[in-house]
Amino acid sequence: MPQWLSLMIESLPSLLWACMVFTVPLTLLSFALGLGVGFVVALTRLFAPGPLVMLVRFYVWIIRGTPLLVQLFLIFYGLPSVGIVLDAFPAALIGFTLNVGAYTSEIIRAVLVSVPKGQWEAAYSIGMTWRQAMYRTILPQAGRIAVPPLSNTFISLVKDTSLAAAITVPELFRAGQRIVATSYEPLILYVEVALIYLVVSSVLSSLQARLEKRLSRYGGYIEAAS
Amino acid sequence: MITLEHIHKSFQDNHVLKGVSLVVPEGGVTALIGASGSGKSTLLRCVNLLEVPQSGRVRIDDAVIDFSPGGKVPRNAILALRRKTGMVFQNFQLFPHLTALENVMESLVTVLKWPQEKARARAMELLEKVGMVAKADAWPANLSGGQQQRVAIARALAPTPKVLLCDEPTSALDPQLAVEVVEVLAQLAREGTTMLMATHDLRLAATIASNVVFLDSGDIVEAGPARQVFGAPADERTKRFVSTLTAQTTL
Repeated sequence: MPQWLSLMIESLPSLLWACMVFTVPLTLLSFALGLGVGFVVALTRLFAPGPLVMLVRFYVWIIRGTPLLVQLFLIFYGLPSVGIVLDAFPAALIGFTLNVGAYTSEIIRAVLVSVPKGQWEAAYSIGMTWRQAMYRTILPQAGRIAVPPLSNTFISLVKDTSLAAAITVPELFRAGQRIVATSYEPLILYVEVALIYLVVSSVLSSLQARLEKRLSRYGGYIEAAS
Repeated sequence: MITLEHIHKSFQDNHVLKGVSLVVPEGGVTALIGASGSGKSTLLRCVNLLEVPQSGRVRIDDAVIDFSPGGKVPRNAILALRRKTGMVFQNFQLFPHLTALENVMESLVTVLKWPQEKARARAMELLEKVGMVAKADAWPANLSGGQQQRVAIARALAPTPKVLLCDEPTSALDPQLAVEVVEVLAQLAREGTTMLMATHDLRLAATIASNVVFLDSGDIVEAGPARQVFGAPADERTKRFVSTLTAQTTL
């Protein structure tokens, strides 16, 4: 067996371990929480009174206008100066959640607006409250339109979690760095790390395709006149 | 009985309804006719408060709401009044993510909290009435316009409204598809369903309306039994409008 292959096989368990224990949970948790934040922000921007809208716009402006790496450093290395000391994982989780929240809020806002106004009226006409109309009529339709752009965010997030290495979270990329430090084989190890990311993203993409297919079962929008 | 009193509605500077008063008798079909922009759709939408009038009074049975400029109307009052109505839209507006059957069940399950089975039975009954049982499990996107509108009528009737509001129910349909919708509405009329409909489909109005109300730029010009308004219109504007409709139909 060539030396590079045996090194790859040897390091695989610890890389996969780091992926399963840190990369995957960090991705799933921050995406789920971030979606929640994004939904609340989107609703605020669409329906809340002025001052609240200003507040959430400020939040989106800050997050989208500054690098994710800088945000992570601020949370992990900066906040202790004002007495807020966080472990690496929670710090990363907060950072990614805020990031996902800002980006998905724009997506969610756009898809909510894209559902025709007539659907709100139809929901109201059968006696629904705002909440019932939102959850039973608008969201299911908006959700379907949101799948491709949200999947994009999700797949980007998987790869972005490698930034958490910089604030000492022992995730996949950092696990690779550690092995490089002792084996002095950066090419082999980083190729292996890249391949693992590639496999994870590919699996997610195929899940997205399946979800889209499932959601499209009711066949497109009905045009106004037919 | 539905009464509207002195309804005023403006959109910005556009005074669409200028103090309209109207009584819709129970068990009859009242047709609102008039040119585009005469305010008939807006008037219809003021009955179920999809548009909230600036001033006036809307009454359906025991539910009454008074509107005044700057006055706040409690959301519950609006819901209570709206739940006495059902509405059929020009472009159907079926819920595309639900099957025909689920569209009809939606108000029963979500709003009235009926158990699934009871709602399903009621919805099937209504689909039967509009001749859509065979398509109960079809998605709206796979139905023709006429079929969608018939499902929409069943959906509007599901919670047993006091009045069925129809906003140009046949305007988005080809003539041959409109026929099947007119037939369903005519059947409902024979059964004594109270209806208020905005339309410029003379065939629809002439076939099923017992009363006709002619609106022109936000005012009621003429109102009365269908035969009288169509046959011997008193006002010059009504005469002109009815003759244009007749011309269209014979073409």
